[in-house]
Amino acid sequence: MVVEGTALVIPGDHVDTDVLYPGPYLNIVDPQQMKRYLFEGLDPGLRDRLREDTILVVGENFGAGSSREHVPLAMQAWGIRCVLGRSFARIFYRNCINLGLLAVSCREGAEAARDGSWLRIDTGSGLVEVDGRRFRMRALPDFLLEIVRAGGLEAWARGRLAGQSSRVEAGQASQRR
Amino acid sequence: MRQTLVEKILRAHTDAAEVSPGEIIMVRCDVVMANDVSGPVAFRAMERMGARRVFDQEKVVMVADHFTPAKDAASAGLLRSLEDWCVAHGVTFYGQGRGGIEHTLLCEEGWVVPGAVIAGGDSHTCTYGALGAFGTGLGSTDLAFCLAFGEFWEVVPGTIQVAFEGRKRPFVTGKDLILAVIAHIGVAGGVDQVLEFVGSGAESLTVDERLAVANMAVEAGAETGLFPADETTAAYLRGRTTRPWKAERSDPDASFVQRLCIRLEEVPPLVAAPHSPGNVLPVEEARGTRIDQVYIGNCANGTLTDLRQAAEVLRGRRVHPRVRAIVVPATRAVYRQALREGLIEVFLEAGAIVAPPTCGACFGGHMGVLAGGERAMTTTNRNFRGRMGSRESEVYLANAWVAAAAAVAGEIVNPAELVSSEVAGWS
Repeated sequence: MVVEGTALVIPGDHVDTDVLYPGPYLNIVDPQQMKRYLFEGLDPGLRDRLREDTILVVGENFGAGSSREHVPLAMQAWGIRCVLGRSFARIFYRNCINLGLLAVSCREGAEAARDGSWLRIDTGSGLVEVDGRRFRMRALPDFLLEIVRAGGLEAWARGRLAGQSSRVEAGQASQRR
Repeated sequence: MRQTLVEKILRAHTDAAEVSPGEIIMVRCDVVMANDVSGPVAFRAMERMGARRVFDQEKVVMVADHFTPAKDAASAGLLRSLEDWCVAHGVTFYGQGRGGIEHTLLCEEGWVVPGAVIAGGDSHTCTYGALGAFGTGLGSTDLAFCLAFGEFWEVVPGTIQVAFEGRKRPFVTGKDLILAVIAHIGVAGGVDQVLEFVGSGAESLTVDERLAVANMAVEAGAETGLFPADETTAAYLRGRTTRPWKAERSDPDASFVQRLCIRLEEVPPLVAAPHSPGNVLPVEEARGTRIDQVYIGNCANGTLTDLRQAAEVLRGRRVHPRVRAIVVPATRAVYRQALREGLIEVFLEAGAIVAPPTCGACFGGHMGVLAGGERAMTTTNRNFRGRMGSRESEVYLANAWVAAAAAVAGEIVNPAELVSSEVAGWS
């Protein structure tokens, strides 16, 4: 899987889901409405800088805090397909994968990227390219890649219900992150 | 084979051959829980997955607690859809006035037993670790999958074993112990791990205090915070549940990612200063910080123990004229018992507001949000920027003794300045 695009850097570490999508807007269920409040507690101006090919570049433990899926749902509603980070908080990371939003951990790559950097992320080779410089990403397990490739857990589940994708059994799903 | 407690729990809930840290396995749920925020988003996802019914009606429970009582028409709509969905799917629903804050409630109501796996649409589902259960927070798509199939994918976590040794000082509670742990390992120190609490100090904690400790495991990035079940757990569960369970613990020679020991004699009452639960300092170092609002409640510290501590401080005293104090009993049962014990009377007499059980202002939803420039002292679990209202507001986290003392003084003080330590010894 290859994603190419332009970097938009969200500075800082431990950026929490409360600033990314504040609590008062949790009574919204439609992602097209959620997108209005993305980054609202952090810097609403970031919304104006989102482009069709934006890849978000984030710091350490990004997405800490709440399980609110509103954050990656709103990102996706803006057309964001990939987040490149030094590292991610667990639930945020799961939510991205489950929505088919590629979240890639690559410390050096995330540190090298600047606003406007051209990024190329290739899960096949495991390489992150930042303005032509190459860095190795933390390997994405095949199972998680399978979910992302399917377009997220919903699509993956539809396949399972339709019997197209066999139940994930011991050994088959067993792989290291 | 040497195993950690979490490995034993997960092994009993998977078909996978290998259950060691880093492996991805499918884990079966004993309980799937969601609320008025995570539920409705999950229901739509479940529908799109093509699942028409839940995997097991007996294992699904929904709680109305975040925007209750309805904050506005949109929230009322969410609550309506939550209730309608529960009726349509024949699952247990704790509606407004019938339950309370989900995590305290599910423990009270016997849904949580040692060794169980509980998937919750709320990051503080880790609270169930207090009873030795693998409770873990998941997002709405994960939750939809759990509702449909009764399982979720999981990267088997490692274990950081925390030994609490010795005896707590006066005015030190479970809240201070977990703040000490977060200060030690950092807010991302527990990512891909569970915390496991052992030692004489852990065993001496009441269930209410264990709830406070486990609740904030996620504030260290951890998946859950486990207390191996013991006599205290058994006594708490007696009469609450008919679910079978047995006490398990990590093998002594199991492999831990990290082991650390916290001497309880060395832990003073602490606060977490804005804007991170990891920004921890002794209460003395924050002394004199002016406070506008005190909030005693939430899934971490809205228990009867917390209300008793707050009442001990507020009895015969007045909330500072400049301060609003809001007390939120976590559940109906806590509220009722507080009423019986005269605690509610103490709060009202002191000039505090007693709110219905709700997540309310803890996440900035309603019922006590902050204006720009205001500062709150709370017993909640998060003090991120803007968490309880304006982006220009501030939140300090502390235990109920410290919070109630701040309500009286109008600023952060050591509760020992107001209450004798003999009083603090009893809880």
